Parts: sequence; C-alpha cells; structure tokens
Amino acid sequence: MKSARSNDLPRCPAGSDMTYSLPLPTIAPTDEVWSVTQLTSSVKRLVEGELMPLWIRGEVVGCKAWSSGHWYFSLRDRSSQVRCCMWSRYAQTAGEPPKDGTEVFVLGKPGIYEAKGEFQLNVTRMLPTAAIGAAQRELERVKELLQRDGLFDLARKRPLPGLASTVAVVTSADGAALRDIIHVVAKRWPCCRVVVVSARVQGDGAVHGLARALRLVNRIPDIEICILGRGGGGREDLAAFNAEAVCRALAAVRVPTISAVGHETDISLTDLVADHRAPTPSAAAEMAVADRREVARQLDDLAARLAGGLGNRTRLAAERLARTADRLQGAMDALLRRERHRADRLAGQLDALSPLRILDRGYAVPVGADGHVLKRRAEFAPGATFRLRVADGDVPARVEPS
Amino acid sequence: MSIAKDLSRLEEIVRKLEADDVELDAALALFEEGVARLRAARERLESAEVKVQTVLEEAGGDLRLSDLDG
Repeated sequence: MKSARSNDLPRCPAGSDMTYSLPLPTIAPTDEVWSVTQLTSSVKRLVEGELMPLWIRGEVVGCKAWSSGHWYFSLRDRSSQVRCCMWSRYAQTAGEPPKDGTEVFVLGKPGIYEAKGEFQLNVTRMLPTAAIGAAQRELERVKELLQRDGLFDLARKRPLPGLASTVAVVTSADGAALRDIIHVVAKRWPCCRVVVVSARVQGDGAVHGLARALRLVNRIPDIEICILGRGGGGREDLAAFNAEAVCRALAAVRVPTISAVGHETDISLTDLVADHRAPTPSAAAEMAVADRREVARQLDDLAARLAGGLGNRTRLAAERLARTADRLQGAMDALLRRERHRADRLAGQLDALSPLRILDRGYAVPVGADGHVLKRRAEFAPGATFRLRVADGDVPARVEPS
Repeated sequence: MSIAKDLSRLEEIVRKLEADDVELDAALALFEEGVARLRAARERLESAEVKVQTVLEEAGGDLRLSDLDG
C-alpha cells in the first residue's frame, strides 16, 4: 500500500528510526566549474604560500635514487607518512641514499605536485639523526674545552684597526667568499692589499688545512687583520669550523680576527673564538676595511683645519709682532725721554761750568794776540798788548812798561 | 708609510698648529709637512687599485707571495 508521501520522500527502511532531511539546494555543476589544474594550482598556492621550510624528523622508507640524481622517498612516523623528493643538487650533498628505517632530520618545504595531485615535501637537506647526535656530542666536547681555556672570553677580544692596509683572508681560493671579500675591498678601500691563504673549507683535510693556513698567517709580514671566511656552495658542512685544531689556531693568530662562516643563522665555534663575527664574508670585508669616501672626508676636514691652523698661527704672529712693535716704540720713547732729560741735565751742568758764566760774575780772561789764554806772569811782557775777555766782549789792554 | 700613519700624523700636526704655542718657523714647517702628507694620502686613496696576493709555502718552508688578478 502506497501513501501519497512516498513519492516525495524516500521511504524509511522498515523498522528503522532514521530520518531523512530534505535535499537542500546546492550550486549546480553548470554554475561554476573548476578544471583540475585550477584546483591543484589553487591548493598549491594555498599550501606553498602558507608554509615555510621546516625541519621534520622521520624515518626514511623506499628511497630511490634516480639516474638523474634526484631522490624520491617517503618519510613516516607511527601514524603518518609523506612523499618526499630531493633534487639532485641537494641530494649530492647528502652522501649515500639512506636505507629503509634510517631516522633522519630533513629540511623541506611542503608543496603540491600538480601532475599527480600529490602532497609532497621538497627536501633540501637531510641529516641522519645518529650523525647529528655524534656531531653534537663532539661539538659540545670541543666547546667545553675551549670555554675552559678561556678562548671565548670577551676580555680576549681585540678591536679592529681603523685603517688596515693589509688583510689576510683564509678561505677556499675558488669560493664565493673570496670573490665577495675582494669585491667589497676593491669598492671601499682599494688602497688595501689582500693576501689570500687558501685552504679547503670542507671535506677531508679541511681541519688540517685551515689550521695550517691560520698558522701561516702569523708568518706573513704586515698583516693587520685576518678574516676566516666561508660562503656559497653547500652550506651544510660547518664541521671544520667547529674543530678544536682550527679554533685554537684561530685564537693564536697575532692580529685581530673576523670569523665569517657564511651563514647568518648557523653559529660556528670559530665565530665564538674570533675577535669579531660577521654574518657573511662581504660583511666581514666591510668590518675590516674603511670606506674610502669617509676617509676622503676626513682628509678634507684635516686640510681645512691645517689651513685654519696656519692662518691662525700667522695671525697670532702678526698680532704679536704688532704688539712687539708697540712695545718697542714705547721703549724707544721712554729711552728718548730719559736721554733728553739727561741731556738737559748735562746741558745745565755744562752751562754752569761754562767760562762765560764765570765772566758774568766779574772775572776776566786775558787772551794773547795769538788767542792763547795768558796764565803766567812771564807771558805778560812789559808794553805788550793783549785783550781782556769780559762777560759782554773784549777790552784792548796793555802791560805797563816797567 | 700607510694612510693610517699619514692620518694620525696629520691629526698631530693640526692639533699642534691649533695649540697656539708653537713658534712661527715651526708652524710653517708643520704646515709644509701637513700639506705633503695630505697630498700623499689623497694620492694613495685615489690612485690605488686593490692588490690581491696569494701566499704559498715552499718546500724549504719559505713563504712566497705572488700577485693574483683581482
């Protein structure tokens, strides 16, 4: 028997208390249709825009190394797994492909592989946790030793000379670090000499080579600063810069040192031992050498002060000279006044002694025909004429005949 | 003589000249020296091209510096 409602709604199964809701209106397929590509690229944008590279810990399963050099594998833990790929340029720095079950840290960026609509992790670094553990233990051991020996003490840190003219660079001869350093020095401070002491910075022999190069720096004359640099290329292997021998050789360098181990976020032990740490080799070069333009400004300033100083000095001399002249004049005047006074006084004395003054008092001087003053009786011959000089002139006179 | 030395000597000369208590003859001599050092430092600053050398340790242990094209 059919009820009228049975045409409108599905029938409840007999004996069930399930209820059906009314079908709601939904977007019809024809209203807005996405292509698969639109969907995957939209999800890709969503995922890749949201998530930065992350460190993930997991167990490797099914690692396949293709002849192209790319690795494909899965990473899993107890309840989940994710597809991973590692491009050849990254895979080649990671050594041998890991066996199934190897526990690793990977640095990867979540992404969507559109061709297959798969979620995957694009891995750029892979480090077996066991190796990390061993490396970490070694790092701690060395760090403790160096700390105990005071190699990290701030009191040890030497200031950089302001205007170095010779800089030693210990780095790989063909690395980007050296190119960067030379580029910066050439731009900022071209009157500088850069002495390159090349050494391997990673792999076998790097520890020995770096330590040896650092010791060599002490034997090069005129070095004022030593940069220990590393940069570019694979940035995974900092081991040599955490090695005890390298740290001790760096501490023994006799000039101020800068450690520039090429990665802003990784700190190496050489960064702690060096007098200064730079985030990159370029930054180390900027710390090491002055800026030519700044020194040119300094020279301009000194030139102005030099000229000013001399001008000042000559002005002072002129003033002093003028003062001296004034004083001289004064002295002369005083001298002249004194002399004039003395002359007056002398003239007075002279006047007092003058025979003419005596004549004023009524004395007379007999003067012979030849102008001689007659002083003795014998000079007066009887009948001889002579003249008597009195105050206001001469008087003719004659000796009485005897 | 390095620019550093030129600069520190220049500083010294200028300080002396500014100090007033130097004799005029000495002041002139200082000024002359200052001008020479200024010129030398400027020339060094302008004309120089960075010199890159590599160092090699020879078998006998001697060091050999050789120029490298920057």
